[in-house]
Amino acid sequence: MTHVLDPHALTAETPPRREPPTPYADVTRSESAFRAFLHGLPGVDQVGASSRVAMLGTRSIKTTSKAWAIDTAISMVDLTTLEGSDTPGKVRALAAKARRPDPTDPGCPPVAAVCVYGDLAGVAKEALAGTGINVAAVATAFPSGRASRAVKLADVRDAVAQGADEIDMVIDRGAFLAGRYLDVFDEIVAVKEACARPDGAAPAHLKVILETGELVTLDAVRRASWLAMLAGGDFIKTSTGKISPAATLPVCLVMLEAVRDFRAATGRHVGVKPAGGIRTTKDAIKHLVLVNETAGADWLTPDRFRIGASSLLNDLLLQRQKLRTGHYSGPDHVSVD
Amino acid sequence: MISNERLTVRKTYKLYLGGAFPRSESGRTYEVTDARGAFLANAARASRKDARDAVVAARAAFGKWSAATAYNRGQVLYRVAEVMEGRHAQFCEEVAAGEGLSTGRARAAVDAAIDRWVWYAGWTDKLAAVLGSANPVAGPYFDFSLPEPTGVVAVLAPQRSSLLGLVSVLAPVVASGNTAVVVTSHERPLPAVTLGEVLATSDVPGGVVNLLTGDAAELGPWLAEHDDVDAIDLTGAPPERAMEFEREAAGSIKRVLRPPAGGEPDWTADPGLTRMRTFLETKTVWHPKGF
Repeated sequence: MTHVLDPHALTAETPPRREPPTPYADVTRSESAFRAFLHGLPGVDQVGASSRVAMLGTRSIKTTSKAWAIDTAISMVDLTTLEGSDTPGKVRALAAKARRPDPTDPGCPPVAAVCVYGDLAGVAKEALAGTGINVAAVATAFPSGRASRAVKLADVRDAVAQGADEIDMVIDRGAFLAGRYLDVFDEIVAVKEACARPDGAAPAHLKVILETGELVTLDAVRRASWLAMLAGGDFIKTSTGKISPAATLPVCLVMLEAVRDFRAATGRHVGVKPAGGIRTTKDAIKHLVLVNETAGADWLTPDRFRIGASSLLNDLLLQRQKLRTGHYSGPDHVSVD
Repeated sequence: MISNERLTVRKTYKLYLGGAFPRSESGRTYEVTDARGAFLANAARASRKDARDAVVAARAAFGKWSAATAYNRGQVLYRVAEVMEGRHAQFCEEVAAGEGLSTGRARAAVDAAIDRWVWYAGWTDKLAAVLGSANPVAGPYFDFSLPEPTGVVAVLAPQRSSLLGLVSVLAPVVASGNTAVVVTSHERPLPAVTLGEVLATSDVPGGVVNLLTGDAAELGPWLAEHDDVDAIDLTGAPPERAMEFEREAAGSIKRVLRPPAGGEPDWTADPGLTRMRTFLETKTVWHPKGF
């Protein structure tokens, strides 16, 4: 166990930098080379991106397609509670909901994961034992990420030790916006290493939160996406949910293009997770359409696409009940979270 | 050459939903004509999804409106009557055109509607005293009953009396703290549209009253079956389908107010407390007596 206050943690010699996958192995050889690479990515046509998502948003998804989309969306939900007032009891209640989102209908699929703060990962793990539902823990001084690297890594190791299957880290937006891209890269690499388990079991999956609301431009979103993928992130995630705007469709489009291009170049699949601000079934279905039309049907699985949400699940369930019974349901027929 | 002729400003009205004026989600409109068949305006033709959105808005508004003090609700509703008074001429014109009444009779109907609204506004803080009670019980308890609002009430407004009838079914619902989703008269929706503008510019919180112009036969089943609607007033339902709506409402154990036997009543008659009482629940408290 690494202690937060380990006096050597801050001064320890940094190991040689881990190289990104081919054909990008040399782009991190120096700060200037990395900047040249990231700034050399094609610029994003902001107007084009907006009109493309607006066009895709008009797709009409009805009847059987809608039923499929709702069930798929439910199975992709990372059911999230990230409040200062969270308690073990609330996490257990959420875990119960994750297993059986709609207790009145055994045909309703479970969600993909439950997302909690690191100190509650153990509680969530215990409550979800044997279900196949993952426990995701936010770490690295979530949501601001403003702590020393030693503290962030200790945060990650702690969550992994508690049994978290997935770690949601935040990038250092200050360093990213100041142009210190290698710092951000190294930090993601270090966190990725901290996701390893001492007993040699499969490491925790790493989701890298870009916090696109603070990156301002879509060009920056594209750069941050590539940076996170090169550093070894298994997922790139839009936002913490604590900043507005959170997940928007144009941002998601840019990230989906990035994972598609990255797969074409390196053969490695990286997942995408929009989080925050997706509250209605309509929004969720728009995202699914976007995934299918941008990254392709390969990404329409919970292993590669997730939706971070809390209130969305209830809306999905209400729509599901409407399809099943033929009449509108109401908030009395889903749990109060 | 400058012409003195004005182009006609043709009006296309929208719905009143959650305090805003959206178009129908379906994009549909229909022509509203006067009693002789001449074009008056276009009105939005609400769809089932508008009804769904209206129920969401009404549910969201219920907490605050039902928790407001009865005194405050009375003040807010009285303010509505004031703004209605300011629109008196417009109401008269619309009622006269829609119902084919003479100016004098339309005027009388609008006067009666505003008076009816004031009458109900006055009832807000008297309901508990009149309908509540301190109950004599055989035990060491102070036992009392209080009326509480039912919740979200769907109202199929009368088809013939476009303003007085509308006020007579809407005011009793909101006076006691319920929130309402109203399907207006299909052929005579204009006074309801204007009432929506009145409500939006008075102090009634958005979502307390939602006005859907459209067809009660189309929207009725969706509202009757809706799990989040607590009661339904079938006054304006097509008579041959009222029974069907009532059966559908049973699925979610709604309170149902049946359409009056023998068609639309004389709305000028003293309304009594029946309509308010229908959309109230009674809460009884058993409070142990100390020594």
